[in-house]
Amino acid sequence: MNSAALTSAASDGAVWVDWIIAVLLVGGAAFALIGSYGLAKLSDFYKRLHGPTKATTLGVGGVMLASCIFFMSAGRGGTEQILVALFLFITAPVSAHLLVKAVLTLNAADRPPPPSTPLRSDPEASTLGRDGSDQ
Amino acid sequence: MSAVIHTAADLALAMLALAMLLCLVRLLRGPSMADRILALDTLYINSLAGLMVAGVRLEDPTFFDAAIVIGMLGFVGTVAFAKYLLRGDIIE
Repeated sequence: MNSAALTSAASDGAVWVDWIIAVLLVGGAAFALIGSYGLAKLSDFYKRLHGPTKATTLGVGGVMLASCIFFMSAGRGGTEQILVALFLFITAPVSAHLLVKAVLTLNAADRPPPPSTPLRSDPEASTLGRDGSDQ
Repeated sequence: MSAVIHTAADLALAMLALAMLLCLVRLLRGPSMADRILALDTLYINSLAGLMVAGVRLEDPTFFDAAIVIGMLGFVGTVAFAKYLLRGDIIE
């Protein structure tokens, strides 16, 4: 083995770490792309909310993990990325919840009907409930 | 930096740029105000991911400070927009 291969292997670290970082980068970006595609493609606001709030958070998580591994394997820290992703994981559901709350308050017709409480004397409802609980 | 990470970061940046374009489409087309707010929210999350990929691509940890700032300001902006939609006013 010549010295050039030795120095490149020592400076770059193991090859499989590079492959893990590459897969995490492309996978995270793919999740973000799929979430944004859902945002642009789907037909209803409530369906549209579904794509970005899950997929994009997962995409940022993948990219965060990749850069974390990259800077840690280079020995240059790698903790600020965890802060970014932690903050995003906390705030993304809060903002999505506030948006849905605002939209449901504005369009009261979109709200689902309240669940009907079966009467205690209704034999069919009580039989169904008992069958469901037994199985 | 190895060639594998180099290529993967370039590919990820291209995919994130395409995702931001899709968000822009929804931002311009969105029928209701909530659609535009949601598109802005997704746009800032995508730009945050793009900044993190750029930090890996250029081997510069300074990008993550910018990502933190974008995350905080984006969250505050989305909350303010949703509050405006809900009440018609931000600070009552």
